[in-house]
Amino acid sequence: MNYGMIFFILGWVLNVQAAFMLLPCLVALIYGEPCGQWFLVSMGLCLLFGIPMVLSRPSNPVFYTAEGFVAVALSWILLSVTGALPFLWSGSIESPVDALFEMVSGFTTTGASILTDVESLPKCMLFWRSFSHWIGGMGVLVFLLCLLPMTGGGFHMNLLKTESPGPSVSRLLPRVQNTAKALYLIYIGLTVLQLVLLLAGRMPLFDALAITFGTAGTGGFGVRNSSMTYYSPYIRNVVTVFMILFGINFNFYFFLLMGKFRRAFQSEEVRVYLAFILASIAIITVSITPMYGGIERAFHHAAFQVASIITTTGYVSTNFDDWPEIPRTVLLVLMFVGSCAGSTGGGIKISRVLILIKSVYCEIMQFLHPQIVRKIWIDGKPVDSETVRSIYVFMAAYLLVFVVSLLLISADGFDLVTNFTAVAAAFNDVGLDLGLGIMGPTGNFSSFGDFSKVVLIFDMLASRLEIFPMLILFSRETWRRF
Amino acid sequence: MDIIIIGCGKVGVALAEDLVQEDHNVTMIDTSPERLQTLSEDIDAIKLVGNGASIAMQMEAGVQTADILIAVTGSDEMNLLCCLIARKAGKCHTIARVRNPVYSNEINFIKQTLGISMIINPELAAAMEISRVLRLPSAIRIDPFSRGRVELLKFKVKPEFRLSGKSVREIDNQIGGTVLFAGVERGDEVTIPDGNFVLQDGDLVSFIATPKNSVGFFHNLGIHTNRAKSVLIVGGGTISYYLARQLASMHVRVKIVEKDRARCEFLTENLPGALIINGDGTDRRLLMEEGLTSTEAFVTLTNMDEENVFLTLFARENCGAKLVTKVNRIAFDELLSKLDLGTLIYPKYITSDYIIQYVRAMQNTIGSNVETLYHILDGRAEALEFVIREKSEVTDIPLMNISLKKNLLIACINRGGVIHIPRGQDSIQVGDTVVVITSQRGLHDIRDILKK
Repeated sequence: MNYGMIFFILGWVLNVQAAFMLLPCLVALIYGEPCGQWFLVSMGLCLLFGIPMVLSRPSNPVFYTAEGFVAVALSWILLSVTGALPFLWSGSIESPVDALFEMVSGFTTTGASILTDVESLPKCMLFWRSFSHWIGGMGVLVFLLCLLPMTGGGFHMNLLKTESPGPSVSRLLPRVQNTAKALYLIYIGLTVLQLVLLLAGRMPLFDALAITFGTAGTGGFGVRNSSMTYYSPYIRNVVTVFMILFGINFNFYFFLLMGKFRRAFQSEEVRVYLAFILASIAIITVSITPMYGGIERAFHHAAFQVASIITTTGYVSTNFDDWPEIPRTVLLVLMFVGSCAGSTGGGIKISRVLILIKSVYCEIMQFLHPQIVRKIWIDGKPVDSETVRSIYVFMAAYLLVFVVSLLLISADGFDLVTNFTAVAAAFNDVGLDLGLGIMGPTGNFSSFGDFSKVVLIFDMLASRLEIFPMLILFSRETWRRF
Repeated sequence: MDIIIIGCGKVGVALAEDLVQEDHNVTMIDTSPERLQTLSEDIDAIKLVGNGASIAMQMEAGVQTADILIAVTGSDEMNLLCCLIARKAGKCHTIARVRNPVYSNEINFIKQTLGISMIINPELAAAMEISRVLRLPSAIRIDPFSRGRVELLKFKVKPEFRLSGKSVREIDNQIGGTVLFAGVERGDEVTIPDGNFVLQDGDLVSFIATPKNSVGFFHNLGIHTNRAKSVLIVGGGTISYYLARQLASMHVRVKIVEKDRARCEFLTENLPGALIINGDGTDRRLLMEEGLTSTEAFVTLTNMDEENVFLTLFARENCGAKLVTKVNRIAFDELLSKLDLGTLIYPKYITSDYIIQYVRAMQNTIGSNVETLYHILDGRAEALEFVIREKSEVTDIPLMNISLKKNLLIACINRGGVIHIPRGQDSIQVGDTVVVITSQRGLHDIRDILKK
């Protein structure tokens, strides 16, 4: 393990974190909120450690896969801890575990909250909460990659691989650094577009920024107690469309920009993703039309809620607690399916689901023709068996973590449905419970005990980093000298 | 003409033999002195040892004055390089054999940009031949003329056709003169039949017709002619690859049985539509398990002739499928034709057929051209397609007034896209495309059909 190099990267993460905190300071200045000083203190603390850590480059720049996993996992923990300090010090959130939960939920774009009265928080705190979604959506280390003048070895790819969601990362451009830049540019471009459209709908600038950040990162923190029900249908429509857009694999946009339209639309994952969305909207619209007295309103809410859940954003446009069983079950399934790989969303990911379904079919063929040689095809290309195997293992790990988490939080004494949906919400980065128990759309995680919150914090991080970095961080083999 | 052949493998030698027989001056180049030495002395050609892509070597072989250079070494890239250099060094036409499937989609680009006159891909051509037959399983062999507007079909007379004992004229009247019988093989005998010829069961009959009429012909005989919708292929070589690709585009269900695991991986990665089975094609249980008895066509394409023949015989006993057998060596030709192996495919014939055809066409820069040439009737006759470019002693005269060579048949005339089966009063006109069937070798010009 190359500790020097990890140390160096963590130093940069601290410095970047300090830079990010400038924005909430600015917000505090504009609204004249004294609690903004705590951001300055946190910044100072970050820089105090961060600057000395990056002053000298490590003599040994070797960076393997293990270092990549550990660096990413540690960075995310470090970001969450330092990011939680202003909440704690300013007294906005009193318990340290709660503050950490809120921040992890922000960075992992989960959007699960322990706050019961969001509107009472100072603007700078609200801004920081939402802004963390935007940072976490694309990944901090990917951001670092764009900035750091580092070259050599598998350094970049190892970081990018670990931090971007999905089973495999494709190099869009010959240099990883340029790939990371291209992805960030697409991300920023879409964000700005959404912001403009929201402002055009007469949304206040502060709300527009916060909601845009929440949508872009597919996070789901709002700035109103009633989430999205507060806003106009136009704004909800814009948010619906952009939630779906941010759930699409960013390679799609890259190919569009390069003028390779055919290649973009050939993507099986994107097409299946859109098919999932359309089918779910259709089912839900039909079953809730009687409740809303018109197909138009039913469609509006169905589309919003489907987009919100499949992209694992977690905004709420209506109280779907009252919906019949079918639409709620559809939403629960979508929660697990999640969005496309290479997007900002969470969940198991469409491409994995696709490969899993195809491998079931493959296995049927194997039974019928014992000596058949067969591959799984995605986008007209065979998927190599190593990728398929890693997806099986991912699913095994996914189930393992899920079950263990469920067992651990059951100690809090809530009923099974509540526990199940709480873990599902945290572990798929949805952050929003399906109203299947006490945790209705407007309910939240504050009622859980500290221990359960820690478990859920782990789940959120594991989900955002695709499980293995977190498991690697806590496995003994990683830290053995030999 | 002066012809240089680079690469003296099986095809190179076969080509040299054919070309020498047709009175060309042949120079052969190969890197292996042993191989050249073992060539029989009766190939009357210059034999040079060296690298055919070297300019010095090509100069020595006389590339500057040569008419054609044919590159048939084992390596595609080498063949292309030889042609490329020959193009720059001399003014000759170049022919290259390129068989790597990777290039198969890019043949036209390569031909145009590198200025190569002809690129042959024997495996692709063999696959096309097989897929044609699978489209009309009643036929044993189908050769297209005039870009597929006319076909030469071969089928076996079976008792249920009730053709035995009928003369060609009777059958002609029965079906309305839409097809023309071009040849009959009975035992070792090959005949180009006239109206009085009486067919027997077991005869192999070749006839010429448009695709529509040939389907109608079989229909008249009461034979169902639906194209095969499922194909079981044994052996996963290059031909199978091309064949499966073509069949997939025709929505035919394809299964390939291949022994080599790595090859199976390759096939499965490149043929998304086909089922690839890793196993020994001679394993009886496996063949039965994979539905030998219910497949509509069974194609054997392993590298072993014996295995192919054996499997086909086994399949003949166990299913009613259309059978196709690949044969590489032609030494036991007569024997095989007695075995009723369905359609026989000789990939080696295909290469030399194509090249000879090109060479002949080149020779006739004036007058008419050989457009297409096939060896038919077991290689004992040729079917040639000529384009009539100018007036000559055969044009504008009713056919019954022309004294044709013996064993020669004017099988069909294509006039402005309309296909005529010629009768005595028809005549050949300028602009026509004419198909001639003959057992005489070495026809170069339409005027050669006349008795001298």
